[in-house]
Amino acid sequence: MFAFVIQRLFQAILVMLVVAFVSFSLFQFVGDPVNNMVGQDATEEQREALRERLGLNDSIPVQFMNFVGNAAQFQFGLSYRLGVPVEDIIAQRLPATIELVLVSAIIALAVGVPMGVYTGLNRNSPISKLFLTVSLIGISLPTFLIGILLILIFGVWLSWLPTFGRGGTIDFGWWETSFLTVQGWRSLILPSITLALFQLTLIMRLVRAEMLEVLRTDYVKFARARGLSNRAINFGHALKNTLVPVITIIGLQIGSLLAFSIITETVFAWPGMGLLIIQAIQFADIPVMSSYLVLIALFFVIINLIVDLLYYVVDPRLRVERGGGGH
Amino acid sequence: MAEMAREPSQQPTAPELTLVGKVVDGWSRFLDSDVFYSFKRSPLIIVAFAVTVLLILGAFLAPWIAPHDTTNMASLNLMDAFKPPAWSVGGDGSFLLGTDDQGRDMLSGIMFGMQASLVIGFASVALAAIVGTILGLISGYVGGRVDSVIMRVADVQLTFPAILIALLIDGIVGSVLPRNTAEELTYPVLILAIASSLWVNFARTVRGSTLVEKNREYVQAAKVIGIHPTLIMVRHVLPNVMGPVLVIATLSLALAILTEATLSFLGVGIPSSEPSLGTLIRIGQEYLFSGEWWMTIFPGIALVILVLAVNLLGDWLRDALNPKLR
Amino acid sequence: MSDTERTPLLEVRDLRVEFPTRRGTLVAVNGVSFDIKEGEVLGVVGESGAGKSLTGSAVIGLLEPPGRIAAGEVRLKGRRIDNLPYREMRRVRGREIGMVFQDPLTSLNPLYTVGRQLVETILTHRDVSEETARKQAIDLLAEVGIPAPERRIDQYPHQFSGGMRQRVVIALALCVNPKLVIADEPTTALDVSIQAQIIKLLKRMCKEHGAAVMLITHDMGVIAETADRVAVMYAGRIAEIGPVRDVVQNAKHPYTHGLMGSIPMIGHDTDRLTQIEGSMPRLTEIPQGCAFNPRCPHAFDRCRSERPELIPVDDTRVACWLFDEGAKKAAE
Repeated sequence: MFAFVIQRLFQAILVMLVVAFVSFSLFQFVGDPVNNMVGQDATEEQREALRERLGLNDSIPVQFMNFVGNAAQFQFGLSYRLGVPVEDIIAQRLPATIELVLVSAIIALAVGVPMGVYTGLNRNSPISKLFLTVSLIGISLPTFLIGILLILIFGVWLSWLPTFGRGGTIDFGWWETSFLTVQGWRSLILPSITLALFQLTLIMRLVRAEMLEVLRTDYVKFARARGLSNRAINFGHALKNTLVPVITIIGLQIGSLLAFSIITETVFAWPGMGLLIIQAIQFADIPVMSSYLVLIALFFVIINLIVDLLYYVVDPRLRVERGGGGH
Repeated sequence: MAEMAREPSQQPTAPELTLVGKVVDGWSRFLDSDVFYSFKRSPLIIVAFAVTVLLILGAFLAPWIAPHDTTNMASLNLMDAFKPPAWSVGGDGSFLLGTDDQGRDMLSGIMFGMQASLVIGFASVALAAIVGTILGLISGYVGGRVDSVIMRVADVQLTFPAILIALLIDGIVGSVLPRNTAEELTYPVLILAIASSLWVNFARTVRGSTLVEKNREYVQAAKVIGIHPTLIMVRHVLPNVMGPVLVIATLSLALAILTEATLSFLGVGIPSSEPSLGTLIRIGQEYLFSGEWWMTIFPGIALVILVLAVNLLGDWLRDALNPKLR
Repeated sequence: MSDTERTPLLEVRDLRVEFPTRRGTLVAVNGVSFDIKEGEVLGVVGESGAGKSLTGSAVIGLLEPPGRIAAGEVRLKGRRIDNLPYREMRRVRGREIGMVFQDPLTSLNPLYTVGRQLVETILTHRDVSEETARKQAIDLLAEVGIPAPERRIDQYPHQFSGGMRQRVVIALALCVNPKLVIADEPTTALDVSIQAQIIKLLKRMCKEHGAAVMLITHDMGVIAETADRVAVMYAGRIAEIGPVRDVVQNAKHPYTHGLMGSIPMIGHDTDRLTQIEGSMPRLTEIPQGCAFNPRCPHAFDRCRSERPELIPVDDTRVACWLFDEGAKKAAE
């Protein structure tokens, strides 16, 4: 177990270093950032001073080491577009994205997993077939279109719900939350449904496939032959065995939510990380792009580590033998 | 039936018959196959197939059959702008689905836009399939360190969603290249970005099949009599993985079209000045609140129908080629 | 007492199992009838695809869809069970009919301890406390020869070897004393060195718990050692059924004869092992008349046109025209 964790940690660090290198290279490719930061009429002395201050006169390896060191402390320099430290912008934007992803994840899991289990157990029921057909439309509907449709229906035609921004937020230290106001919750409804819908259908389909797989196994047949109740077979034996793959799926889906929040945030003008990165890409705002890259990689690495560790909790085959013997 | 068809091939004097015989034989076997049987049996799939073919034809014949040439700026008339669909109040019979802010015909715009989406979709899937298949073959056949490096990269990449990879590659390459070059290279960059988000599935599947085939007796035997490994792989492994590769390719096509539309919608794919389903929706979205819903809804519907039809085909193909699941 | 002697434990009558496919209906088991008496071991032998496993699944009501019982009856202690509603059939399974599957490696749920799986099964069928159930489970594990059962009861299946796992599976099949155990190729997946032990254990356990056994196997040797009676199946039908001694030593059906000829036997004056030409037909292309006729060295015209029913000869019954008096004369 310990060796496994170490190995995974090592791999995670390797991934982070590669990502850090890519982020770092961005700066090197885009030419002189000084041009982006000073006005056209800046003197050569001003430019040189800035270059020195930014450490651009050091050798490449030294610059990389500095970059990694700074990145480890979440310091990525000044945004080209906004001229303020990137970490400040992120601190301001991150809560919006995290709250959106959290609410969407809860919706997607709370609805998607039961639907997947139901359709897996009742393969041929009309409701299952309806769910499946609807889900196929679901995975064919791009997130941005879902968002636009929801805006059109609930925002433009019915005028029921706000269609952009976070509504009312309350500061909680540096964390701005929309969980504490009615307006905040109302603003969350459309974006979180938009973000959840695609993942929900995906989760449903994957859980269903796993369920069908497990129901075909010998131990489920043997459990039937011993006269166990359907309840015990389906929810005791089958469901628990689908847990391992489902945990993987959930891990991947939370990562996906983070990625797709870019689209949702653009559609709903949600002031989070996604909107930030889109604006950064359009503006070639390298410090913001590279910090986003590092941050999102960190998220994924952490999610994967958690998933790997959860396997151990669920599957006894992976646990270390505790003096079992007698093989 | 198959017996009869094979007969001409036994006459060496008539080589053209051999080919015909082979085609007839292959066709008759196809008509008799499980895949075709399940095709015939599902009306939904026949519809999906017909719709896909129709949309592809409509998109690629757009220069000839589209009611208006939306690519020609000179033919545009701003007086035609913001016309609603033909059947609603203020609609114009010559603009069936209405017009956009520049007076471009929506229907024609959708046809040209779909062409762009399909070109990028097909090209990126083809690139991903070729690269993925080759890497999968190498990984499976060579094994060892090469295998673990390729698969490690694939594993790591698989944890990142395709759309994110495409977005970041597209964004990074776009920012790194000088503005002018970036604009000229929009299509290749987009294709590269989408393909790099799709190759992993191909590589993993092909690798799996290669590992199975590699240890079969005939491959060993071929090795013993000195046939080059590359030839063995191409001759024996490739045909065995064609089915799964086709399924992945179909499902990837739907994903690629979605990814392109999403990137273009976000403003990091095809520039707004060129038509694609994503850019049309992006432009339309700006007028959502002023009531010109058709500018968004029609390209949106076109996109969903296209992707849904391709997804249905892919889903069905997967089940049809995998009898275990039935 | 005399009543139980008259009614067999299990009666199967004209059982027909069908699989609807797109090229028509496949009849996998066709008109199979047999009885099993209390405490008796009936061996069912045949090549793979002969329908022996499907017959077993049909008896316990676990045919996998789209397979279904199309005709015939299954009676347990005189009560018809093939048409029971699911809930009632569930009470028959485990409690009255136990089953042992082929592969012990996949028969146990990998995520639960063997103890939990035993206790769960006992609690499903018996109104006892969890503690009692656990005690019974430990006793059962000891009975099937698992050392240190108090400790091993809390271990997971992957901590047991294949042979040990099959012992657990046997314990699970017998944990609420069913009257009949269907053992479907119980040793095929095991090492040869362990096979004999497991067969011996199965026989001993069933005897001690008073259970009859339907032993499905393709291994004639296992049958010869274990069974009281044997049914030989070929292409979905019973070719020959009778006391094991008669069938093994004095096989009547040419197919059985071939099967016997293909295993070496000590104390028999055989010069060489014989082999049956050809292979069993696929279900889609079962020949007219006797299904075995294309491979049969004694086949004559009637075999190619008319299907033989089981004909009583001594204690055995044989589906072969060679034993029909009229036909015999025609052949001579």
